[in-house]
Amino acid sequence: MTGFLKRLTSSLHRPIVGKSRLLVFLAALALIPTFIVPLWHMTFVAQQYPEGLDLYVYSHNLVGGDDGNDLTEINVLNHYIGMAELEPADFNELKWIPLVIGLIIVLTLRAATIGTLRSLVDILVVSLYFGGFSVWSFWYKLHYYGRNLDPRASVQVEPFMPPMFGYKLVGQFDVWSYPAVGTYFFLVFGALLLAGFWLIWREPVGDQ
Amino acid sequence: MKNRKLYRLALAPVVIGLIIGLSACGKKPPKRRGARAGAGGTSDITNAALATYVAPGDLDEYYLFYSGGHSGQIFVAGVPSMRHISTIPVFSPYPGTGYGFDDETKAMLGDYSWGDSHHPGFSETNGEYDGRWLFINDNANGRMARIDLRDFKTKQILSIPNISANHGSSFVSPNSEYVTMATRMSVPFPEGTYADVTEYASKYHGVAAGIKIDPDSGHLELGWEILLPPFDYDLGDAGKGPSEGYFFWTCYNSEREFIEGGKLEVTASQKDKDYILMVDYRKAEKAIEAGNFKTVKGAPVIYPEETPGIAYFIPLAKSPHGVDVAPSGRWIIGSGKLSPTTTVFDIEKIEKAIAEKDFEETIDGIPVLTYNSVREAEIPVGLGPLHTQFDGKGYAYTSLFVESAVAKWKLPPYEAGADMNQYVVEKIPVAYNIGHLVTAEGDSMSPDGNYLVALNKLSKGRHLSVGPSIPESAQLIDISGDKMKLLYDAFTEPEPHYAVMIKADKLDPVEVYKKDDPYWHKSPDAIWAAEDARIERKGNTVEVWMMAVRSFFAPDVIRVNRGDKVIVHVTNIEQTRDELHGFAIDNYDINLVVDPGETKTVTFTADKPGVYAFYCTNFCSALHQEMQGYLLVK
Repeated sequence: MTGFLKRLTSSLHRPIVGKSRLLVFLAALALIPTFIVPLWHMTFVAQQYPEGLDLYVYSHNLVGGDDGNDLTEINVLNHYIGMAELEPADFNELKWIPLVIGLIIVLTLRAATIGTLRSLVDILVVSLYFGGFSVWSFWYKLHYYGRNLDPRASVQVEPFMPPMFGYKLVGQFDVWSYPAVGTYFFLVFGALLLAGFWLIWREPVGDQ
Repeated sequence: MKNRKLYRLALAPVVIGLIIGLSACGKKPPKRRGARAGAGGTSDITNAALATYVAPGDLDEYYLFYSGGHSGQIFVAGVPSMRHISTIPVFSPYPGTGYGFDDETKAMLGDYSWGDSHHPGFSETNGEYDGRWLFINDNANGRMARIDLRDFKTKQILSIPNISANHGSSFVSPNSEYVTMATRMSVPFPEGTYADVTEYASKYHGVAAGIKIDPDSGHLELGWEILLPPFDYDLGDAGKGPSEGYFFWTCYNSEREFIEGGKLEVTASQKDKDYILMVDYRKAEKAIEAGNFKTVKGAPVIYPEETPGIAYFIPLAKSPHGVDVAPSGRWIIGSGKLSPTTTVFDIEKIEKAIAEKDFEETIDGIPVLTYNSVREAEIPVGLGPLHTQFDGKGYAYTSLFVESAVAKWKLPPYEAGADMNQYVVEKIPVAYNIGHLVTAEGDSMSPDGNYLVALNKLSKGRHLSVGPSIPESAQLIDISGDKMKLLYDAFTEPEPHYAVMIKADKLDPVEVYKKDDPYWHKSPDAIWAAEDARIERKGNTVEVWMMAVRSFFAPDVIRVNRGDKVIVHVTNIEQTRDELHGFAIDNYDINLVVDPGETKTVTFTADKPGVYAFYCTNFCSALHQEMQGYLLVK
């Protein structure tokens, strides 16, 4: 461990060049689709909804399937149990997540141009923190909406936690929740950055 | 899994056979007559059952649109299951969908509370059904309606002057330029004129009309009328292919008389031949453009005596009903119902006779073509031929009212001098007294040749007895093979006259009115959120903008004074299919049904004081019973 840290400290000044530069540049590009494609996908299927209701979480929006109507339908159904309406405007995440992704892209492009190994370490650390915080934030929102039910609602249900990853039966609905294609672009981004890091890292220490 | 299916399939006939066998042991079934006679055997029943069985959740292959006759409606069924799926209200109020209760449909129905819907016709492109609109005529009040097949709703009812009893309708030209209308029962012309029946021959007239169809919106407006002798113009068809450009109508009572107490059934059957009226609608259009018409009661009327070359008569065996153009467009088939033959005419011979002025006589400026010059053949189909349909494989199917059967016969060419009986290849008995028949896409240039529905006038004893008021019968017949096979009996409310059948995948109806779909006209009084709901008073008028959603109305209290005029606009803000909401006010005869995304308006006078509940009539949700409110009339 100390050997690794020692080597890391002594390599931090190495510039991003050659193939590594290309990989870091591609990593920045890999984040661009995350503005356009959904990051998470929840599906609700019940006997009278055989085609299912879809809810897509984008970096900047919450969108229902069937041209947006599924979100309205989910809200209509949720009102019976007193759940607050899912309104994109109430989700601050949808404002700061795109901003942070943009910052990471800018930092990554900067690293590809004039960066050193230190820049890559910074970007990886920030991205990991950002990813972790976003997932927590998503969990917290699900938890919040599932627990804060209007006590005067016409249908009384126990507070519940909708599934975040995987399957769960919620009332008459089978609910599936999984990362969508956007999240995989984050993984591609991470993999490209690590590969770029590795190309510089593997060069012999003495060869400066 | 596969084995089990096979096992079940193999078991099915055994079980069915066993049931039939067991029931035979118990009480004796009544002796069956008619269509079932001689068609026995369990295998036929099994085949028919398999051919018509549409499993739960599965969909039919065809839409069948039946006219509802004097119910004023259209009935929609699926083929081959023959299940009734929906009723489209057209000329009569229909509480089930709130038709005739809101301001818009009330205005469309006008002063009439019924109509006699007779012959539905699809819009066409290049002679093929294009699935855009369905037209239907009102035989009673001289009207024509257009149904949009994107939402299965009546969009327009057109009334035109001078037409009395519009029976010769709704026949559509191959590219939907025109749909026809024509007088069945001649009256003094212009409409509203008084003349005694003793002046029938001179003062009474028939009129045929071309109704223009807007190619984009489908909107109907009168193109032209032609003044005709006082015959009864009956059924029609549009030419296609080589006969495109013509409309054909049969007519009876060419004796041109109505003798008081003389019985029209007798007086109109005296001459050996009546006529097919043929109108060249492109020439009619040109005559209008050239100003060769008189405006009568607001309608542009062409007078054949002054503008010749537009209309001709073709002699046909007496008292004809159907005139039908074969898919190729070359053969025009007319059926005189008092003659045991159906007659095939050749459009090439017709055009030649016109060019050579080969006329027998001229009636009121309309030349009568020489029968022997235009006739191709007379086919001895049987007794009481009424109407003919086609399979696209060279055969025609003619309904035989008197014989109560369908005759299948071969279209030309025929061998010279051959015995025409050989071309009648098969007959199938039907129960009973068939009027019209319809084959799949049978009026198009490429019928599908698999299904035929016999629309029978009498059904006695084919169903559980329901007293003296008896439903109509429609029988599904398989025409895909060499032999016609009866598959199924279906029963409808009174009274289909004609039906049309279209391949299911040609229609793509919407499930809801999407809030931002530009195709649908949106009411300026639509509101989309409970916050926008409001009540405004101006003098003695109270206007309410209401929204309905599961499971409440906003507002849910309307306060008015006795005598106020009340206008309520109800928007159903749902965008989920099948989430309809009703809006009914107790004791005020108000019953709206609002589809998802739709806005309906009702105007009424609050003339009864007191408190009246309003509620959702169309079951919408678990808390549907709670979807209610109050109208307070001070």
